[in-house]
Amino acid sequence: MIQNNSTNNGGTAPTDLNVAPLSRRIRPYLIVAPALLITIGILIPFGMAIYFSMTGYTFRNPDPTFLGFKDFAFLKNWIRMFQDAQFWNAVWVTLRYAFWSTIIELLLGLGIAMLLGNTDNRFSRILRVALIFPLMVAPVIGTLIWQLMLRSGVGIIDKFLNTLGIYGMQWGASSKTAMLTVVMIDVWVNCPFVIILVLAGIQSLPKSPFESAKIDGGSAWFNFKTLTLPMLKPTILIALLFRLMAALQEFGIIFALTKGGPGDTLMSLSVTAYTRAFLYQKFSGALPFILVLWFIVNTVAKRIVTAWRKSQYQATGKELEEVAKKEGLIKRLVKGGKAK
Amino acid sequence: MTAQKRLYSILKNAGLAIYAIFALFPLLWMVLLTFKSDAEMLTTTFVFHPTLVNYEEVLLKTDYFRYIKDSIIVAGGAVIISVLAGVPAAYALARYNFKKKEDIAFQILSFKFAPEILVVLPLYMIYDKLGLYDTYFGLIWVYQLISMPLIIWVVRGYFEDISVEIEHAAQVDGYSWWQIFFKILVPLIRPGLVASALLCFIFAWNSFTFPLLLAGIKIEPITVAATKYLAQNTVHYGQMAVAATFSALPSIIFAICIQKHLVRGLSFGAVKG
Repeated sequence: MIQNNSTNNGGTAPTDLNVAPLSRRIRPYLIVAPALLITIGILIPFGMAIYFSMTGYTFRNPDPTFLGFKDFAFLKNWIRMFQDAQFWNAVWVTLRYAFWSTIIELLLGLGIAMLLGNTDNRFSRILRVALIFPLMVAPVIGTLIWQLMLRSGVGIIDKFLNTLGIYGMQWGASSKTAMLTVVMIDVWVNCPFVIILVLAGIQSLPKSPFESAKIDGGSAWFNFKTLTLPMLKPTILIALLFRLMAALQEFGIIFALTKGGPGDTLMSLSVTAYTRAFLYQKFSGALPFILVLWFIVNTVAKRIVTAWRKSQYQATGKELEEVAKKEGLIKRLVKGGKAK
Repeated sequence: MTAQKRLYSILKNAGLAIYAIFALFPLLWMVLLTFKSDAEMLTTTFVFHPTLVNYEEVLLKTDYFRYIKDSIIVAGGAVIISVLAGVPAAYALARYNFKKKEDIAFQILSFKFAPEILVVLPLYMIYDKLGLYDTYFGLIWVYQLISMPLIIWVVRGYFEDISVEIEHAAQVDGYSWWQIFFKILVPLIRPGLVASALLCFIFAWNSFTFPLLLAGIKIEPITVAATKYLAQNTVHYGQMAVAATFSALPSIIFAICIQKHLVRGLSFGAVKG
């Protein structure tokens, strides 16, 4: 028992590391090491990206001899980028795409999850399984299907619009509707993610506050606003975190649909960086674009994670206590709320 | 009151039905297209003479099986490595107390949020120099960014769910650490482990950016091949549909198998469904 103290205390209390032999102390690091090494090997590029963004590296000039400062560009690539109108356009496109796809997915996903959570018939049970299908299809394959559906002549949506008297919708090919089209495809692929997360959140809610609220006779909207939503907040924030991070970086859907066109309507930071590096062969000039994206993603992610931790605390404790006090439910709530 | 309730129930089901059509119709329509000959493609909608000619064209006359094979090797290899290295790491992060534990765990999670293009651009150079460009190993390695965080975070949660008492009891019975791990813990987490491994497989199978930029000549996973198909054959819509269907099928089948664990896997253990 004593000799295994440090290995099996279940992470409950700091153990006597000073007493344990060295082999036992380093064991956890040794166990984690392979996983860390495999992934950190891939991480070297992060450092290289910053370094190469300050050189004149291109595929034609693969040896910029940066240690000898021959092609050392220092901040030239960065300054050039900030003066570039296309960069600001790319930031704007990235933020718009992320905002619209995330907000629609969250609202629609929350709505559908509430409907599914309140319905229990055969239709809803089948739906719970079938809804995840679009999420499991590769986003580029989903884009391919939508491209076929929207294409004039063969596409079913185009045919349907024709019967309504609407002809020649350009979808991805028109700068007016390109954003709408990619956001629609993104929603189709990723909305199920929000739905199943929120649905799981709904199902794990404690029953007692709702029973009590029923007795008190509050309206459905009031219950949703004061009970369901605050308790679901951690789940919603997790959905927001995963969706927003992915939407900010989305490459596959935009690339498969229009490669960033028409013009630079859909030139997000990811697509711009790809285009510059591989089509224009300006490798080091493309890196600052993607480093800015990484900075945006990182900043946003940290904020959401902080908010999530706070909300988890509130949802299981403080804030609901206040709501419950108003409703006179405190006893039952403490019982149900901590059951999680 | 009852009339109001009935109206509410009708509206509810109607809302669900509309979303169901939005979500599922594209997939049904894609499957429908696979049975349609080129001649009927533009002239018919739902009523046509079903044919298997598209399947013959794609599966027998192109390299489609090679693409599927590439996808299986790369996604499967990525999952195997992630499980071998990730499960012990997950155990250590769940059970041991050590300095920088949470930092390491969050470092691993942060890989998930790294922009793929940022990794790919410098990696392209490294791979080019090391000769890893367009190789199975190169892709399997970079796929660790997709599969390793998922395996570690999800499996860690399953380990944390197991009571330490079980391990203590086994120790008292004289089991060694290895025996406890393989004979007691692994069987207990197996459903969760299998589910997260399958989810990793799905994500790796669906990956597009990595294989597009780090492979594509000798090794061509199915996502890259299918998009190329669309770019080249602008008239054979039925064949495209076959290509898309075969790419989507494994993911959907696996997803049905791991339904119960899906929420946990997708949220990296943050939401326990």
